[in-house]
Amino acid sequence: MLLFILRRLLLLIPTFLGITLLAFLFIRMLPGDPVLLLAGERGLSPERHAALLAQFGFDQPMWRQYVDYIAGLFRGDFGISFSTKRPVLEEFMARFPATLELAFCAILLASVLGIAAGVLAAVRRGSWIDQLTMGIALVGYSMPIFWWALLLIIAFSSTLGWTPVSGRMGLAYYFPDVTGFMLIDSWLSGRPGAFKSAVMHLILPTIVLATIPLAVIARQTRSAMLEVLGEVYMMTARSKGLSPLRVVGLHALRNAMIPVVTTIGLQVSVLMGGAILTESIFSWPGIGKWMIDSISRRDYQVVQGGLLLIALVVMLVNLTVDLLYGLVNPRVRRQ
Amino acid sequence: MALLEIRNLSVSFETTAGRFFAVQGLDVSVDEGEVLAVVGESGSGKSVAMLAVMGLLPDTATVSADAMRFEGRDLLGMTPRQRRALSGRDMAMIFQEPVASLNPCFTVGFQIVETLKRHTKLSGSARRARALELLTAVGIPEPERRYASYPHQMSGGQCQRAMIAIAMACSPKLLIADEPTTALDVTIQKQILDLLLNLQTESGMALVLITHDMGVVAETADRVIVQYQGRKMEEADALTLFEAPRHPYTRALLSALPENAVGGRLPTVAVGDWGVRT
Repeated sequence: MLLFILRRLLLLIPTFLGITLLAFLFIRMLPGDPVLLLAGERGLSPERHAALLAQFGFDQPMWRQYVDYIAGLFRGDFGISFSTKRPVLEEFMARFPATLELAFCAILLASVLGIAAGVLAAVRRGSWIDQLTMGIALVGYSMPIFWWALLLIIAFSSTLGWTPVSGRMGLAYYFPDVTGFMLIDSWLSGRPGAFKSAVMHLILPTIVLATIPLAVIARQTRSAMLEVLGEVYMMTARSKGLSPLRVVGLHALRNAMIPVVTTIGLQVSVLMGGAILTESIFSWPGIGKWMIDSISRRDYQVVQGGLLLIALVVMLVNLTVDLLYGLVNPRVRRQ
Repeated sequence: MALLEIRNLSVSFETTAGRFFAVQGLDVSVDEGEVLAVVGESGSGKSVAMLAVMGLLPDTATVSADAMRFEGRDLLGMTPRQRRALSGRDMAMIFQEPVASLNPCFTVGFQIVETLKRHTKLSGSARRARALELLTAVGIPEPERRYASYPHQMSGGQCQRAMIAIAMACSPKLLIADEPTTALDVTIQKQILDLLLNLQTESGMALVLITHDMGVVAETADRVIVQYQGRKMEEADALTLFEAPRHPYTRALLSALPENAVGGRLPTVAVGDWGVRT
């Protein structure tokens, strides 16, 4: 097991280097001069422009810039944001809890509901429950996320007034940042209504972000369950006189979870992409919104640093999923 | 009174081509402590009939019978909960594919203990002790180690022994063995068969052995039922059946035994209606 983890950790290095190259090249392929964008409408004298290019190292050949960047990374230096003049890592860490909180709630909702819906559809195969669940899953999977978000905002925020339109917390509440996770901080603050406000702010973004993963997980669970339910060991389980709940919930689901865990892991990467859209729509101060803002400002350091850090998170999640896979599948564990 | 009594059993499945009868008008009676062999070619409805007894057929199957009684109790009139109380305790079943019959995600020990937990009031440590005792009884070496093994870590023969241990956990009165040796190699086949017979003799349970191997029948059975296309062709005690088969299909089956090969070729069990109106 230790060898397996070590091997997986070693594999992260070439993947990480590949991502640095992609992130580095990708941002430089965007049209627009970052120095001119910084200057805004006032413009710059050619001398000042050249001086700034030199200051940021943009006058160097591309390979040199890349080598400098990698050298910086190994020192833990992800660069300094052009626009805020603060280290990229510091900015990332300030926003990451917001995204993590949202992504965690979304994947939790998607997994719990998705697995439940998939199991129900498989057990009642061909019934109206199956048709309805899979119909909803297909709609959920096909729906553009921004449109779905707008529909929800119109229904629940504008018309019914049940949930706030945007942000993470009501303006009436102020409490110090302890963990960066609003649910925990609001709870710790002990201020009446603060926790409820944090929950209410989370509901719509969570639903929006969870929709596509939920649909995918439900469909995957259904097909995995259908396969497992036809296995001989299911007949053995029933021949023991076990209750249907135990036969389905333990014997079938445990086996069906093997592909589902992989799917959930893959959905985390999809979630990071979805977070960028969802955060923009709900003005959620996480890394998605930060990245979008930085792209429009051509903040090279932030975009490449942010991309890299997001990629790191996805890689770590994938590693966790691989380890979890070993937990749910004994055939992998002992190899 | 027979332990298991089935009269006029029919099992049908709804298919796109209409209703298909896998078993039709079958009468079976199994006495306590008896070994009954059910023989017939693939698709003759041997397994389906016994799956109906165990209540393991899918929802798509329609089961009807004039009587289906176990120890005098009407199986068809029971609620699912009452049926589940019998399954695994009074009647148990083992299947053709031993490796596929065990859940790959759970240890062998867990799978034996689960049956004990369901049907007995034994404590956790007593259940473990009983499971180890069962593993020893079915001839699994190093039972302590195998208790914690997963099915993929064991051979096909060991998996079938583990399946037998699960089936025997609550000392059932009836064990249905659905082609228990078909997927195993020849030397292991003999061992498993001997094991089943020993357990049957020791415990006094009834054993229904579904097979298409006439050699197995000759070695084991007290009584034989020959099935073809879902119907019973002949029923006789084993000795009579081998010495004086009355039905032409039984004669055809027996003449297809390997020792009857002529010039390296076996006579075929020619396709015929054998008196069956389909």
